[in-house]
Parts: sequence; C-alpha cells; structure tokens
Amino acid sequence: MNGAELSPWIALPAAALLVLGGLLGLLGALGLLRLSDFYARIHAPTLANTLGAGCVLIASILVSSAIAERPVVHEVLITLCVILSSPVTAMLLMRAAVYRDR
Amino acid sequence: MNAILDWAIHFATLCFALSMVFGTVRLIIGPAAPDRVLALDAVYINGMLGALVLGIRFGTTVYFDIALLIGLFGFVGATAMAKFLLRGEVIEP
Repeated sequence: MNGAELSPWIALPAAALLVLGGLLGLLGALGLLRLSDFYARIHAPTLANTLGAGCVLIASILVSSAIAERPVVHEVLITLCVILSSPVTAMLLMRAAVYRDR
Repeated sequence: MNAILDWAIHFATLCFALSMVFGTVRLIIGPAAPDRVLALDAVYINGMLGALVLGIRFGTTVYFDIALLIGLFGFVGATAMAKFLLRGEVIEP
C-alpha cells in the first residue's frame, strides 16, 4: 500500500465496500456460468454491473480522496457511463435473442 | 488498519479475476451468439472493476483512465454486436 497514513474511518468502509463488490461480481459471474437459459442468464451480470461497480467506485472515491486530501470525484464519470450504457446493452441483447428465437 | 484494506484489495482482485475466468468459460461454451456477447460484456465490466481495484492498490490515477477506456469500448463493442445480431448490419444506410 501507499504508506501507512490512511485513517481507520477511511480504510474500514473502503475494505467493506471492496469485499462486497468482489462478492457481488463473483456472484454475477457464477450466475452467468451456472444458470440454464439465456433469459435467466441475462439477469445475473446486471448485479455485477450496477451494485458491484457502485461499491468499487465508492471505495475508489474514498481512498483517492483520502490520499489527495481533497474531494476527488472523477470516478463519477465511470459510474455515469456504466449506469447509462448497461441497460442499453441488456435491452439490445434481449431484443436480439427474442428476434432470433422467433 | 491498512492491513485490512490490503487484504480486502487482494480479495477483490481474486474475485474479479475468477469472474473473468467464469465469463471466459461462458464465452467459449456459450450455445448461441447472444450468450457469447453477454459473456464478453460481463468480462469487460469485470476487467474494468479489476483495473479500478489495481488503481486503489497502487494509488495512481493511471488505472482510472484505463478503466474509463475499457468501459467505453466495452459498451461500444457490445452494442455493435447486439445490433449486428438484431439486424444483420451495424450501421444502416
């Protein structure tokens, strides 16, 4: 790590959010691997896309703000990009699957 | 207190690497084309999150740019392939 100057009030929530985000990403990938149908499978990675990405991005905002000693919020760009783009991709894939199954 | 954060960073890196492995397996064995596109999108997202975790680990902002580029190109690629599956053409005249 980068020195020993991070206070516990930053390190503990960041660690909890990182563990939660990692578990959610793993759960989404496991669902993607194990579920039986495409229509069931498309639900699983949305968990990793929204909640896991949100957890990791908030942890990144916390740690980089604590390192720079000022509010660093440029991770909000990735949040906006993921939140705007993930439903569009899911909707187009769903329509493609329905169209190809008919 | 930094030991806990270090452990959490290692755990999250392991989780995202394992998620990318699972996504790659689905990308290889996927029965139909939409499954493969979905798996590629999931691999992109997990790689982006892994790059963000590495950015926390090393304390630089370089990984943030990498994550932003991976997110943008993953969205463009997945949307283009979904549009191709839907209409048989990406950019229609």
